Amino acid sequence: MIKELVIISGKGGTGKTSVAASFAFLAGKRAVADCDVDAADLHLVIESEPIDAGDFEGGKKAVINTDMCDRCGVCIRYCRFDAIDDLCAIDPLACEGCGVCAHFCPRGAITMKNNISGRWFLASTPQGPFVHAKLGIAEGNSGKLVTVIKRIAREGALGKKISLVVVDGSPGTGCPVIASVSGASFVLIVTEPTISGFHDLKRVHELSRHFRVKAGVCINKCDINDEMSNQIMGYCRSNDVLLFPGIPYDTDVIQAQIAGKSVVEYSNGDAAIAICSIWDEVKKVIN
Amino acid sequence: MNIAIASGKGGTGKTTVALSLATYAAKAGSKVAIIDCDVEEPNVNLFLGATIIKTEISSVLIPSVDEGKCTGCGECEKICAFSAIVLIKSQPLVVPDMCHSCGGCFHVCPEGAITEVGKQIGVIESGRASGIDYAGGRLNIGEHMAPPLIREVKKKHNGHEVRIIDSPPGTSCPVVESVRGVDFLVLVTEPTPFGLNDLRLAVEMARALAVPFCVVINRAGIGNNDVEAYCMEQGIKIPARIPNVRRIAEEYSRGDCVSYIMENYPGELDGIMSCINENKRSVMI
Repeated sequence: MIKELVIISGKGGTGKTSVAASFAFLAGKRAVADCDVDAADLHLVIESEPIDAGDFEGGKKAVINTDMCDRCGVCIRYCRFDAIDDLCAIDPLACEGCGVCAHFCPRGAITMKNNISGRWFLASTPQGPFVHAKLGIAEGNSGKLVTVIKRIAREGALGKKISLVVVDGSPGTGCPVIASVSGASFVLIVTEPTISGFHDLKRVHELSRHFRVKAGVCINKCDINDEMSNQIMGYCRSNDVLLFPGIPYDTDVIQAQIAGKSVVEYSNGDAAIAICSIWDEVKKVIN
Repeated sequence: MNIAIASGKGGTGKTTVALSLATYAAKAGSKVAIIDCDVEEPNVNLFLGATIIKTEISSVLIPSVDEGKCTGCGECEKICAFSAIVLIKSQPLVVPDMCHSCGGCFHVCPEGAITEVGKQIGVIESGRASGIDYAGGRLNIGEHMAPPLIREVKKKHNGHEVRIIDSPPGTSCPVVESVRGVDFLVLVTEPTPFGLNDLRLAVEMARALAVPFCVVINRAGIGNNDVEAYCMEQGIKIPARIPNVRRIAEEYSRGDCVSYIMENYPGELDGIMSCINENKRSVMI
């Protein structure tokens, strides 16, 4: 059975991608899926060769035939997304693709056209397939794209008899995160010892509970505020959340990014050592 | 005037910059509101510390089927683009998580068997502290769609002279909903490869939305020079650089960074405000 290890954080910028890239390096044979589809960064620190790519059709958009339109305004009244202006022009950025305007247009002047809202990329690395994506600017349906990427990564893993998919998630708790977490074997929450890091950690932990996925926490930059780190550890202990070793602040993390490598590949410093020990423990939990 | 703060990459300092600008404008005597549109992870009030004086429930409309009136014709299933209402043994079943609240099924039902009922997706909290009015959304855990809540929270404190809108990270629909129609957008980034990659996406978004914008570099000195080079090549203004100082990170971790920035980097805030005033769009939303 394929195991899916998902790395999320709630708050952005806590170090998800640095941890995910390191795990991808340490894991031996594995597939990797970058599910932060509207700000994908993993490809910057994982070297890979492109294999395949494809369009992602996330939904439809209303297109109005201005020759047939007599500006009766029926569509404007039906649209709940303020996507049609007084002159019956449609704003594609606001259009939700529901098709209600097209259904009720008395002139049949509106058609629903398939909308390519992103692209997915399949690449190969010496350790197995790597899937990432680019959501079109200002597009929605990121949850659906996450589901597509996870599917391609799983298929790639199956084909190569690989039993682990490392998933880099996105910040927040909304649709892309829900799509990342659903079906996961284990969720690792990367947080930081700040009031916002802690607050957001509690929300994603609640999310993982909501979807009945077992979760663990690691505190990045754990030495920046010892008192807050202790509070987070206390929360984890009293809420039955697995606690992994903390990662100390280390300038090598940024230097690794600049070198286009994962932290553990680039450095033997404090952060790299900590991530290696986290991986040793995570490995036991998921197997 | 509506000023949105966004970033592409998370954790670059959006909320810090948003609160610093709000405090700056309040000190200058403007009637200021700060609106937290990062409804998935609302952090503004952790730092502002306003006592919440009002909590409103935010709901979306979902269909409810009167089985007595329903004839099982299937028109509702046919119009739904999101598979949120499906017929099982000629009975429509509503899947609330899939529903986009477009009202299609309600309008199309020939028997009038569908009514629309509210489903809570989150709350909007309001309060006031340090001369700043606050409103922020908080999406329920497990709720997929943030944009309807963002639309609601964005209507708050609409009459204020200055409204600072703190956006979620990324470039997809929740960010677009937060940024759409504002007079100016401040993109906060850090000078690292991840910061630059996500900044490029955020710049593309700003251009697609035709919103005037500038870039603020936070943690200046932490990485390399590529963000500066990119902005210069693209003709993007950088009115402020906040240096990478451990003290700011420590103050932030306790929730105290805004007063530190106000005291130590007033020139940077002057720079951002003048850039906004010189380049903002004159039309109000």
